[in-house]
Amino acid sequence: MTALTLTDVNKSFGKVHVLKDINIEIEEGEFVVFVGPSGCGKSTLLRVIAGLEDASSGEIRIGEDVVNLTPPSKRGIAMVFQSYALYPHLNVRKNMSLALKQEKQPKEVIEQRVAEASRMLSLEDYLDRFPSELSGGQRQRVAIGRAIVRHPKIFLFDEPLSNLDAALRMSTRIEIASLHAQLGTSMIYVTHDQTEAMTLADKIVVLRDGIVEQVGSPMELYNNPANKFVAGFLGSPAMNFFPASLVRDGDTRTMGIRPEDLFQSDQGAFAASVTHVEKLGGDTNVIATIGDHNITARLFGQHDVAEGQILQLGFDPAKAFYFTEDGARDR
Amino acid sequence: MNKARVNPLNTAAMHGALILYTLIALFPVFVILINSFKTRKAIFREPLALPDGDSFSMIGYQTVMKQGDFFLYFQNSLIVTVASLFFVLLFGAMAAFALSEYRFKGNTLMGLYLALGIMIPIRIGTVAILEMMVATGLVNSLWALILVYTAQGLPLAVFILSEFMRQVSDDLKNAGRIDGLSEYAIFFKLVLPLVRPAMATVAVFNMIPIWNDLWFPLILAPAEETKTLTLGSQVFIGQFVTDWNAVLSALSMAILPVLVLYVIFSRQLIRGITSGAVK
Repeated sequence: MTALTLTDVNKSFGKVHVLKDINIEIEEGEFVVFVGPSGCGKSTLLRVIAGLEDASSGEIRIGEDVVNLTPPSKRGIAMVFQSYALYPHLNVRKNMSLALKQEKQPKEVIEQRVAEASRMLSLEDYLDRFPSELSGGQRQRVAIGRAIVRHPKIFLFDEPLSNLDAALRMSTRIEIASLHAQLGTSMIYVTHDQTEAMTLADKIVVLRDGIVEQVGSPMELYNNPANKFVAGFLGSPAMNFFPASLVRDGDTRTMGIRPEDLFQSDQGAFAASVTHVEKLGGDTNVIATIGDHNITARLFGQHDVAEGQILQLGFDPAKAFYFTEDGARDR
Repeated sequence: MNKARVNPLNTAAMHGALILYTLIALFPVFVILINSFKTRKAIFREPLALPDGDSFSMIGYQTVMKQGDFFLYFQNSLIVTVASLFFVLLFGAMAAFALSEYRFKGNTLMGLYLALGIMIPIRIGTVAILEMMVATGLVNSLWALILVYTAQGLPLAVFILSEFMRQVSDDLKNAGRIDGLSEYAIFFKLVLPLVRPAMATVAVFNMIPIWNDLWFPLILAPAEETKTLTLGSQVFIGQFVTDWNAVLSALSMAILPVLVLYVIFSRQLIRGITSGAVK
């Protein structure tokens, strides 16, 4: 069953057209990540789904119901904000139960749901504390708990990890993934971090300038990007782009090769002069120039490469991508 | 901590300056207080001496209690001040919320219009106000004063509060909306508690001029039953004879309630409860 359907959704702020004809379908239980650079409209799209902004045109369906005119609290959604947005004057228990109280749920239900959520998030010991007495990670968990207690049809996450430090980000990411496995509810997650997108998503929606560039599973997008933007956006380090004429004379297209698909080979197509080496232990990133084009190669394992050295690099032609001048994929 | 910042010389200089300023500010109050407990002769003989066995006298306070209905004046002042503050804060905060929270046509213009009042002294309109009050039959009622003071306080209140409300996190308000709070609940339960320090600032700025005002009580409500404290104290100041004992005693007593209100509000000035809401 479909959990959410967006049909031709547009959103303008005055003259600024932020979302352009968005069509997305999200299945029940799916984990969908909206990803894109800053200002691409992903957060606005989430807020339109939440009902915090009205769509200028188009139709939003949650389940079977058109919810364009339904207020946020009646849409059956729960949202986790980037800044957590905990109520500072309420303790953790009251923060989590406020929405249920507004729905006029009986006391036993509220208590049972708060207990359930705080057990899932190991927040039992903190129920009587105030947000100011919690660490960043704990606040984040309270914000998620506040969403869980409502038993929503769809969870909305607005860059929930961007305020956490790197180690905590990783563990919270895993927690969110296991939460999704436990609850089986549809989740929509907005981020600009492609690692989060790749690791969490069943389906990734790549947005740019208010347009959906491509929708698909992480590996589909990675292995088969629809255009140059998607190819360059996913993957770290990013895909190398250079004129195909470097390899084949007279070819006007742009060629793309992922850094991990380049390898050292004496018969390699490129002679690259090394400008910088990043030794990460597990692998070695070599930044080099071919003519006046920068290129990054990710060599597995540890390599003794010195700056200024000339490196012969080869690639598997099957793993090269070609793009036409306007950025579309040329297969 | 930075070493330069705890330089004892700097600290001493800073505290010295602050203590000096405190002394200067408190000196008149101190003189009023000590002289209100002295006989008339003692006041003129040695204005700066503390009251002793010879010079101590409660005559001023007795006069104040006997003459005129001092407690009624007191009550009037308190009602007018508290009611005006209440309305200034309520309407000011509501207008500020609307201006800072909602996008509508003419938003900026409306904000400017409301702030314009800061620059125009309300006393310029005294005659018109008096005519209006006569027409509405509000002359010699406390409502006349409350309405005028509310109007007088609103521009600054809207200006300060809307600035503070803009700083309240949007996420917090949106979280409230998703949790099913009405716009009123968001205003009263989420936003107001967070701008409490700003509310206290506005309250303190408005309170003292209202409490001390002589102009509008004299013009709009000079009747015996609506006299405020400041106006009531004027009976002791004559063109030829001034009953200094009584004036000083009345002033001493007038200081108290403002002091109490100030202490209440200034606690809020210091306390910030935003911490922990958002990172």
